Amino acid sequence: MDWFENGWGLSLIVFLPVVGALAILAIPKAKESLLKWTALAFSLVTLALAIMLAMQFDYSAADTYQFGTAQDTTWISAINAHFHIAVDGISLPLVVLAAFITVLVIIYSWNHWPEPHNPKLLLAFVLILATGMTGTFVALDLVLFFVFFEVVLLPMYFMIGIWGDRGIREVPVVKWKIEMRLYASLKFFVFTLFGSAFMLLGFLALYFKSEEALGYRSFSMIELSDIGAAGAFTGTFAFLVFAGLFLGFAVKVPMWPLHTWLPDAHTAAPTIGSVILAAILLKLGTYAFIRISIPILPEQAIAWAPFIGILAVIGIIYGSLACLAQTDVKRLIAYSSVGHMGFVMLGIATMTEIGINAAIIGMVAHGLITGLLFFIAGSMAHRYHTRDMGRLGGQMVLMPKMGVLLGFAAMASLGLPSLAGFWGEFMSLMASFTPLEAIEATNLFRGFMVIGAIGTVLTAGYMLYMLRNVNFGEPAEEWADHEFEDVDSYEWLAWAPLVIGTIAIGVFPKIVFGATNDAVVGLVQKAFGG
Amino acid sequence: MYRLLTLASQVVLAAGEEGAAEGGHEAEGGHEAIVPGITDGPLVEWAWLIVVVPIIAVFIILFWGKKLPFKGWEVAEGALGFVALYGTVLMYFNATQGIVYEGAIEIARIGDYHLEWGWMVDGLSIMMYFLVGVVGLLVFTYAKGYMKGDVRFTWFFVSFSLFAGGMLVLVAAPNLIQLIVGWELVGVSSYLLIAHYWEDFANVDAGNKAFMVNKVADAGLFLGAIIMAVSVGSFNFADIIDVVVHGEEGMLSQYAFWTGLLIFIGAMGKSAQFPLHVWLPDAMAGPTPVSALMHAATMVTAGVYLLGRLFPFYIDEAGIFGGDVRDIIIVIGGLTLFLTGFIAIVQDDIKKVLAYSTVSQLGYMVAAMGAGAYTAGLFHLFTHAFFKALLFLAAGSVIHAVHSNNMSDMGGLRKKMPITFWTFIAGTLALIGIFPFAGFFSKDEILASMKYSGQHGQDVANFILILGIAGAFITAFYMTRAVALTFFGEYKGHATPHESPKMMAYPLIGLGFFAVTAGWINFPGVYTGFTTWLATRVPLTGMGDHHADGLDWALVLIVTPTVLAGVAIGWWLYGKDKATQAERDTFRIPVLWPLFENLYYIDDFYMNGIVRPTMGPIARIVLWWDMNVIDGIVNVVGAGSLGVAKVVRTVDSNVVDGLYNEIGAGVDGLGSSLRRSFTGRIQQYAAFSFIGVVVIAVLFIIL
Repeated sequence: MDWFENGWGLSLIVFLPVVGALAILAIPKAKESLLKWTALAFSLVTLALAIMLAMQFDYSAADTYQFGTAQDTTWISAINAHFHIAVDGISLPLVVLAAFITVLVIIYSWNHWPEPHNPKLLLAFVLILATGMTGTFVALDLVLFFVFFEVVLLPMYFMIGIWGDRGIREVPVVKWKIEMRLYASLKFFVFTLFGSAFMLLGFLALYFKSEEALGYRSFSMIELSDIGAAGAFTGTFAFLVFAGLFLGFAVKVPMWPLHTWLPDAHTAAPTIGSVILAAILLKLGTYAFIRISIPILPEQAIAWAPFIGILAVIGIIYGSLACLAQTDVKRLIAYSSVGHMGFVMLGIATMTEIGINAAIIGMVAHGLITGLLFFIAGSMAHRYHTRDMGRLGGQMVLMPKMGVLLGFAAMASLGLPSLAGFWGEFMSLMASFTPLEAIEATNLFRGFMVIGAIGTVLTAGYMLYMLRNVNFGEPAEEWADHEFEDVDSYEWLAWAPLVIGTIAIGVFPKIVFGATNDAVVGLVQKAFGG
Repeated sequence: MYRLLTLASQVVLAAGEEGAAEGGHEAEGGHEAIVPGITDGPLVEWAWLIVVVPIIAVFIILFWGKKLPFKGWEVAEGALGFVALYGTVLMYFNATQGIVYEGAIEIARIGDYHLEWGWMVDGLSIMMYFLVGVVGLLVFTYAKGYMKGDVRFTWFFVSFSLFAGGMLVLVAAPNLIQLIVGWELVGVSSYLLIAHYWEDFANVDAGNKAFMVNKVADAGLFLGAIIMAVSVGSFNFADIIDVVVHGEEGMLSQYAFWTGLLIFIGAMGKSAQFPLHVWLPDAMAGPTPVSALMHAATMVTAGVYLLGRLFPFYIDEAGIFGGDVRDIIIVIGGLTLFLTGFIAIVQDDIKKVLAYSTVSQLGYMVAAMGAGAYTAGLFHLFTHAFFKALLFLAAGSVIHAVHSNNMSDMGGLRKKMPITFWTFIAGTLALIGIFPFAGFFSKDEILASMKYSGQHGQDVANFILILGIAGAFITAFYMTRAVALTFFGEYKGHATPHESPKMMAYPLIGLGFFAVTAGWINFPGVYTGFTTWLATRVPLTGMGDHHADGLDWALVLIVTPTVLAGVAIGWWLYGKDKATQAERDTFRIPVLWPLFENLYYIDDFYMNGIVRPTMGPIARIVLWWDMNVIDGIVNVVGAGSLGVAKVVRTVDSNVVDGLYNEIGAGVDGLGSSLRRSFTGRIQQYAAFSFIGVVVIAVLFIIL
């Protein structure tokens, strides 16, 4: 299996989906089932390879890059960019998660086609997204990273813009009246592009500056981390670069106050779009903080940590309070992401082994749980043709299975111990008690810990509020005589793995920590010293 | 993967010597009496089944329950039967040999911390296994009859098994993480059970209230557990207690007050201590078997159990740990036992009388822990579990018969429901503490230990002792009222009351047996087995338990007449005269009665002072701010840039334009207007962004 270990396996995981997308484009539109099966086949093979990757991964050396292409694989020689991809313990869980979610999304879309139909294009977009997402997680060259990071932008933009919610949105302040999907897709695109521009600037600055330490210009994350840890990037230069990267990544996370694209994008996107957005796309930002910002600019990471921590806890409280005022189920779940990603960022801001471990398990858990929530919210909207909690109610009578699943997902989302969401929340609070000493803001972070704990109470508050209004009580009159189809078999197929994954990681967190712990310890020690 | 706890024998000896040096009243029997007989072998190695079997039962009932002959009840009953049996066997071996064992499997490493699932098999946990198993088994048996014909019979047993399972996860926990897991599993299943009849929003709100109040307390527990674990460098109780018994100065002693207080806040939530007791009476919205289990053997005992588990930390023999918190604990316990007892006097709903009585009795247990009386507090937990479960089930039997919770619909039932009546009387006598019923022994021991602590430097204990004696009077009074209004006088209801079916009556008799006898296992001066059973602990170490050697006759001579006075006044008011009974119940004392009836306005304060403002104005202001200010800025900038982009349009990049047009053209079934709006706007934005980047890049290079 040398070919698998020498980068071919990983390359296949990255590029097989896009090959699938090309194959789909070659199939005539009329052959719908062939289109679906092709997409499913490609995504399944990708998942199988990803699982094979996870099984062959050497967990005792999780802090080393494995299954990679050679570091000097030439790609664009003019700018010294290399095709260097590999996984370590930090990226492995996210690669598997991305492959996993892609399969589930394709299964779900089997009989849930948002208007205007066109499975061919939608499936192609899903597969292109898969390549972009996985690629971002495995890229070890900044140019390559940037390309993958941007590859996800367009398919998602079109997904929201074409298959999104056609309701009219009145935009406050500027008083536009515009179709929800157009407004949301535009906002998503512009926000991300805005961030990416600064990020690219940061990359370029690092590239030019690296010549001083290396003798040549490099985009290699490994080389840059090496010289970064040795103190190559300091002063105003490093500050500005960190600021640029911060903007690029923080928009994607999204961190308060750069989050306002998210509620619109999530609410407007078709179900599978919301799921991919929540489950994977948001993680590109947090992952990049861990993979790029901290190792390459450790000094700046320490300087920025209190600031990131403040934004994170504002996000936690603010997102939760905004949830409490929602009447739209999907929007509530969208805002809940702001709070949950706040916990992830709080963990990262502590710059400790525990905090970053917490962040990664938090990312995986949020992917599974919020993915499930968006699936369910989508299926509910599909049946009720409304997302207004004022009109819903009594779902436990109308669709008991859907109700139970929604209850499960809500409990998982509020961080119920024994389910996956707990670990990220609890451990990031724990890390806040003793953040990295070099930050010299221990008391401030202890304040964050207390605020975060209050956030867990608010999270429980809005989830119970949603369950009360959607699941419980007698059904409203308008639904009383309506026959609803409870969870169908495609939905079960798509959702059961998420439920099982949530329980499995909750009960046995080693599934994630087993891969991440050594890698995170290595990363923290390299960046900040013993 | 398995780790057998090795006992540091020198710790035991050192602690034992210290305990002996302190003198006769403390740590009765000392540790020399307890042979640290580590029973290792299949019995303890397989004790994890106690936790796992009920959890597996949950899934079996969930997936296959409806297809089974008894709709899943038999699985739940079997699981609890297994726990009861295993618990009894362990109880026997602990009593005869002493068991101290901890097993664990690692579930992850994070940084330097090991996360583990484990199972404690020591005196404290075994007592809880036995209690949850036996009381649970009897309540489950009863529930089959009580829930017959319920709309969600199978679902009820799913939640009920999860509830018992969660409690077992909690008491088996050898570390703080697992304790928290069990803690919240109990919380979530109680939410499901309280809101069992969710068609009515009142029940859902009661469930939400329980969940939220507990979640607030849990935030305290989370923080306390975090500080404790980080200070010690481990989540394991054994490691934490080890630091405590060695009196090591360090991070734990530095943060001892806060961690102790925060963990106690967690305990206040589950064990319904004033002012976080508000969820418990509302929890009566659930079916009666739920009330019986929730308010007796499980859930509310969790807080007291946690204080017991961390007892060496709170007793603080080194004087550098949680000793200061103990004064807070005893005061909170004292206030709870005293204040909530009064509310029980003015309730008409028989379950609410029992609910407030539960809160009050939990106050006794917590106050005992605050007084440093480990055995006394847990002994009351043990006896209370039996007689309170009995009282709830008997009340349920009455409710089942008269189809009403209100005592104003009852009266004169003693002849129609003799088994219910006599068992209710047994429970009442046990609760108010009449010799030789169970409560007499445990309550006396609590009061005696308060007296002891008051005489040994904890001044506040003297005051709480007075509250405790007054509480005994109040307890006697409201229970007499409840008995009189329910079983004596004339029947005032509409349904035709009848004795409950055997399935419900037998558990009453079983619990009645324990209500009478449970106290005898710790008869000071005669047989004090319970004390020694509880003293086997992981790690085996000195507890510094304040514990009486014999019956405190002076106290008995004060308390028993006080209780009898309560009974007499209650009887004189409500029982004596059949005809005017209902009329007499309108008896009210101005100012005080409205205060009690309005629950000291605490619920109102939470609702109007915290919940409504948060959900209403505060949340709405945040959302308004988000849509109009933050997003407003975004939209204004967006609108502005559109204007700029129109100028830039002439410099349009054909490459970008062409690409989007092509993709746009590939989309079938879309109107050309859509295509235009897409390609148009995108290119404007792209162009604008590009120019922005160039400008900044120039600035960047200049800088």
